[in-house]
Amino acid sequence: MAIRERLSGNEAVSYAIRQVNPDVMPAFPITPSTEIPQFISQYVANGQIDTIFVPVESEHSAMSASIGSEAAGARTITATSSCGLALMWEMLYVAASCRLPIVLACINRALSGPININNDHSDSMGARDAGWIQIYAENAQEAYDNYIMSFRIGEHKDVLLPVMACQDGFITSHAVDNITLLEDEKVKAFVGEYKPEKCLLNPAEALSVGPYDTVHYYMEHKKQQAVAMHNAKKVILDVAKEYEELTGRKYGFIEKYKMEDAEYAMVIIGSSAGTAKDAVDELRAQGVKAGLIKVRVYRPFPGEEIAAALKNVKAVAIMDKAESFSDIGGPLGADVRASMFGVCNNVKAINFVYGLGGRDVKVDDIKCAFGKLEEVVKTDAIPTGYQYLGVRE
Amino acid sequence: MMKKLTEIRWHGRGGQGAKTASLLLADVAFSTGLYIQGFPEYGPERMGAPITAYNRLSNEPIRVHSNIYEPDYVVVVDETLLDSVDVTAGLKPEGGIVINSAKDPAELRAKLKGYTGKVYTIDAKKISIECIGRNMPNTPMLAAAVKASGFMDEKLFLENMEASFKHKFASKPEVIAGNMKALEVSLKEVQCNG
Repeated sequence: MAIRERLSGNEAVSYAIRQVNPDVMPAFPITPSTEIPQFISQYVANGQIDTIFVPVESEHSAMSASIGSEAAGARTITATSSCGLALMWEMLYVAASCRLPIVLACINRALSGPININNDHSDSMGARDAGWIQIYAENAQEAYDNYIMSFRIGEHKDVLLPVMACQDGFITSHAVDNITLLEDEKVKAFVGEYKPEKCLLNPAEALSVGPYDTVHYYMEHKKQQAVAMHNAKKVILDVAKEYEELTGRKYGFIEKYKMEDAEYAMVIIGSSAGTAKDAVDELRAQGVKAGLIKVRVYRPFPGEEIAAALKNVKAVAIMDKAESFSDIGGPLGADVRASMFGVCNNVKAINFVYGLGGRDVKVDDIKCAFGKLEEVVKTDAIPTGYQYLGVRE
Repeated sequence: MMKKLTEIRWHGRGGQGAKTASLLLADVAFSTGLYIQGFPEYGPERMGAPITAYNRLSNEPIRVHSNIYEPDYVVVVDETLLDSVDVTAGLKPEGGIVINSAKDPAELRAKLKGYTGKVYTIDAKKISIECIGRNMPNTPMLAAAVKASGFMDEKLFLENMEASFKHKFASKPEVIAGNMKALEVSLKEVQCNG
């Protein structure tokens, strides 16, 4: 029997960590992810898990220690947010290129500056090219489910990449919500023992991790990383299928909501997808054929799947909770528009930047974005650049 | 089944436990089988500064993740906030506002910018000092919120709270009786105007 509970997003991830009982967790606390290392420290102190908790002196060290530990052959996790992730930057790339399936709970928070503790996606979006798999959650349930699946995805022999399991800081991390949990033994059986094919603590096979890579090999190694990221697509779906058999909860790269006959669509990531579903229902009640695509897996990017889902709409709003100062829009806008090229030639697209630094995202904000789609279709305008949603002028 | 959603906004000062009260309310509503959300609005909090927390209680899954702008009920944990915060902003006239105060609700209505709905008061300081031994407005305010909103049966509320206190205060069971008494007294002493 599944367990009916109410937990915050941080509690949900911590609950999953207790069930997985990883070998090592190096971490440095930063709002709003702080509760995760706090809860894990308590589990360790209470003897509920035998994870080695390493209280490091910075996030750079947290990722460095994670790399050392995972390379040694230990299942390793960490958690961070915002500037903490930024301080890990150099080592994120090292973790990915060493092909170490570390699982990082990223509790999304705006990057400084100006300094701000609230939610947007600028931290993990900035890390999108580091070679990590990125999975985003809409609510505490998805944060829990994604987290458990992350181990199976990253540790798969065809993948061997680190995974960032992301959720919106405060909005889901600190909000108590209904959730259905698995029993400990089911999680343990699903995740399984970590038995890396190659690791430093194998006396039978000497190994070097992270050495200098010469001109003769660097590019081949990068290609192998890219192949692994491509391979992750199949593994993500296979793991989701198995998880669905266990839980009844279905996951894919994207979630389509009322897209079958949609004329106006929105592509969005994270907690605001829930708010947008309510907006879609309200618009439908007013006769507007609105639909929604929630991007769950951002790296590898499901470009083909998104373009296929958008083929028949009149217009799409692509929602970025991160500013990239490119002067042409946000990261999701760039990826979705690139994926649409040649496939969705008659679909008008507006890229919106919204919800920065915790700016509240209301049902009315989402409806406003849909309203702008109707307007460009009616006037046959060609949208250029990108727009800010919910900002004071 | 008709969708029934109750939205509650809490106003308090940092350190008074408005956030905890919203989480306790979410807890007790959860225990009756409802879908719940309990969340505070986070900022650079410090002791004494105004803070806001929210509850959504529904018989259907809750998807929206925004703050609450048109609450059914507002709970004010600190009466002095009536002078500095627009506590009735967006508050539905068919709902009500619950204020921690020794004053008569009719007297407080003058400070509520023409709000026409029900005004409830509860002397949470007096009740908590009498029942618990110190000023812990949380427990009385929780009972007053349940009484005013009527979203759950009072007997069921008390039963669930007792179970929750037994769990929460497992290491100091001596405080359970006082907290339960505070709830019972509060349910009886809520004053209503309108």
